[in-house]
Amino acid sequence: MDINAEHSMQHWEIYLDNGATTAVDPRVAAAALSAMTEAWGNPSSSHRLGAAAARLLTHARAQVAAALGADAGEITFTSGGTEANALALQGATARAKHVVVSGFEHPSVADAARALAERGVEVTTVAPSPGGVVAPEAFAQAVRAETALVACLWVQNEIGTVQPVDAIARAVKARAPRCHVHVDAVQALGKLPIDLAASAFDSLALSAHKIHGPKGAGALWLRKSARLRPLVYGGGQERGLRPGTEGMPGIVALGLAVELAAQARAEAAPRMARLRDQLWEAIAQALPTVMRHGDPALAAPHVLSIGFPHLLAEPLLHALEAKGVYVSAGSACHAKERKPSTTLRAIGVPDHVATLRLSLSRLTRDDEIARAAEAVVAAVKELS
Amino acid sequence: VTDTAATPTELVLVRYSEIFLKGNNRSFFEQRLVDNARRAVAGLPGARIERSHARLYAWPGEGGLPKLVRALERLFGVASLSPARVVPRDLDAIRAAAVAEMRAEVARLGRNPTFKVESRRADKRFPLGSMEVSREVGASIVGELGLPVDVHTPERTVGVEIGWEHAFVFVETVAGPGGLPVGVTGRVELLLSGGIDSPVAGWLLCKRGCTIGATYFHSFPYTGEKTQDKVTRLAGLLAAWQLADVRLKVVPFTDAQKQLRDQSGDGRLAVVLYRRMMMRVAERVARAAGAKALATGEALAQVASQTLENLAVIGAATTLPVLRPCLAHDKQETIAIARRIGTYDTSIEPYDDCCSLFVPEHPETRAKLAAVEAIEAKLNVDAIADDCVARASDVVVRPQR
Repeated sequence: MDINAEHSMQHWEIYLDNGATTAVDPRVAAAALSAMTEAWGNPSSSHRLGAAAARLLTHARAQVAAALGADAGEITFTSGGTEANALALQGATARAKHVVVSGFEHPSVADAARALAERGVEVTTVAPSPGGVVAPEAFAQAVRAETALVACLWVQNEIGTVQPVDAIARAVKARAPRCHVHVDAVQALGKLPIDLAASAFDSLALSAHKIHGPKGAGALWLRKSARLRPLVYGGGQERGLRPGTEGMPGIVALGLAVELAAQARAEAAPRMARLRDQLWEAIAQALPTVMRHGDPALAAPHVLSIGFPHLLAEPLLHALEAKGVYVSAGSACHAKERKPSTTLRAIGVPDHVATLRLSLSRLTRDDEIARAAEAVVAAVKELS
Repeated sequence: VTDTAATPTELVLVRYSEIFLKGNNRSFFEQRLVDNARRAVAGLPGARIERSHARLYAWPGEGGLPKLVRALERLFGVASLSPARVVPRDLDAIRAAAVAEMRAEVARLGRNPTFKVESRRADKRFPLGSMEVSREVGASIVGELGLPVDVHTPERTVGVEIGWEHAFVFVETVAGPGGLPVGVTGRVELLLSGGIDSPVAGWLLCKRGCTIGATYFHSFPYTGEKTQDKVTRLAGLLAAWQLADVRLKVVPFTDAQKQLRDQSGDGRLAVVLYRRMMMRVAERVARAAGAKALATGEALAQVASQTLENLAVIGAATTLPVLRPCLAHDKQETIAIARRIGTYDTSIEPYDDCCSLFVPEHPETRAKLAAVEAIEAKLNVDAIADDCVARASDVVVRPQR
């Protein structure tokens, strides 16, 4: 299949679905390309080409570690955020009797927890508040001395609320010092400051494609003192935790994408937050019935989740698409064959509310916000 | 007579459904089946279809028998297929092949199965009768392998067929899809949605020898590009059964729906109005394509628009017959077919149904034609249907299994 202009965005279109994926930074794409066309050696090979690839691997690991305030030896490259979450969830629970997760985890954690429950592990779910946050005290109450694992996402992927993961980790450790605390930071990376040296986490999941890297690349940070069982067995790469010849194009790209995201964050995060607020204000001013999901005081800089009573989410998405604005849609009820959103249900969004997630990135431009708001307002009016 | 050195040592025996062997249409049906079989194996280098008496011989090319069986197992009109050994028309050769076949079966099973032998002579000049051939071959298998004979419920049946040039020996028989060769019945226009029922309806008509064209009603922004892509993939799955491209007519339907909705008052008749408009559009597409009927996936009383009363009112919008092969199916029966024919997994992907648009919770289940026509009288329904056709586009969808 040829990939041509039909598959790409037009210059006048506005991409506000960065929570789903992001445009790959051309510098990152160039790095991945050179890892395929130039430094394509196997890092395990003993010769010069292997050494060159191994240096790239070392460099990428150092880039990720530096951005997180971690040691390079704590970084394991994976195929993405889902695999990083799976490695922690499955790797830390081989003999588990009890695990605790939040009530609005990404499916890669929620479904992994469900699989543990089917295996006979007791799973406690911590319900979020209507404002979209889970309380450290609730986790502290849920854990017991034998709890093997606690998992919580840092930024809720659908509604964008920031979870108090530091406080959660400390509260858990106070009750159960040997419990493995895993944090899904896929939506936090590049938006919130991350300093793992100071954290009480045991592991943390990352993904490249939410920060202008490619799909198919991610990483798990695993504290030196923590132990996990691998999901697959092989030639001992990644300290045996994730064997298989390293996916060098993705790894090189992830390293650079993480470095660029960390460099840009101090300037980009407050700018995204400002644009997000402008977007909200423009929409709320024109459409008095619009609701905002999640406590604004807890909002990550890049996500605006809004609801429209008595509308259907999918047609709204397509109406926006027709105006050149790309977003995500969801609702608490199932529109025909679509699955309802457990997150929206968990925070008490009524079934008849159509929800749009508008998600920004550091590449979102100021001039796009007013136009996007106009498009949302026009689409809602068309469909009302 | 072909050069024996060049004769492959194996082939696939293709048996066709007996039902159409009678009457004047027989040679027409047979020729169609041969043509379709040739199209089915067209992608296999060197594969060849030979017409014989009540059989097709499918000679393998470079790909061997498994690829050939895969290509032919979807050929409508085929009752069953047997991958067979090709041997000279000589009793000793037949016996040796049968013993070898059963020896392989014993190895595969890891134990001795009961068996019987069934023989058939296409060439009645062969010196031994069918019963005698069976007896001789059975005796060899008993003598060499010590397998027990069971003529009533054998675990394995050894087939022997004596043709004019070769004899064939087999133990495996794969059921074909049955039905009639695609193309013998005529062309129908299928109203294809992204759901479970309409692809099954299309398949059932293909099975009865119909050639399928498909019309899809696209209601952007109520249905998105993914729904159209999904319908296109469903059309490709149907194309793989009819062994020919499916022309998919994509009809932009939003404007028509809005006009109908605006006249429909409380909306209780909206679905009936939409579906009547779909019939008008599909009829125009059908007539232009030479199709003799419309087809839908409707099942009696499955949803509100599918009561007898509503089906009657919907059907009254066209003078073409509306074929509804799923009409008397329980949903589970249709789902079972969808799974078998490979459309189910695609059909259950999330999609948006344009008929759920602007529809109240309790739509009319007993529409009256007069009431519906009174609403339609406020619009120029023929002009709306013409406009839908004028703005429609064709997608030629290639077979995709």
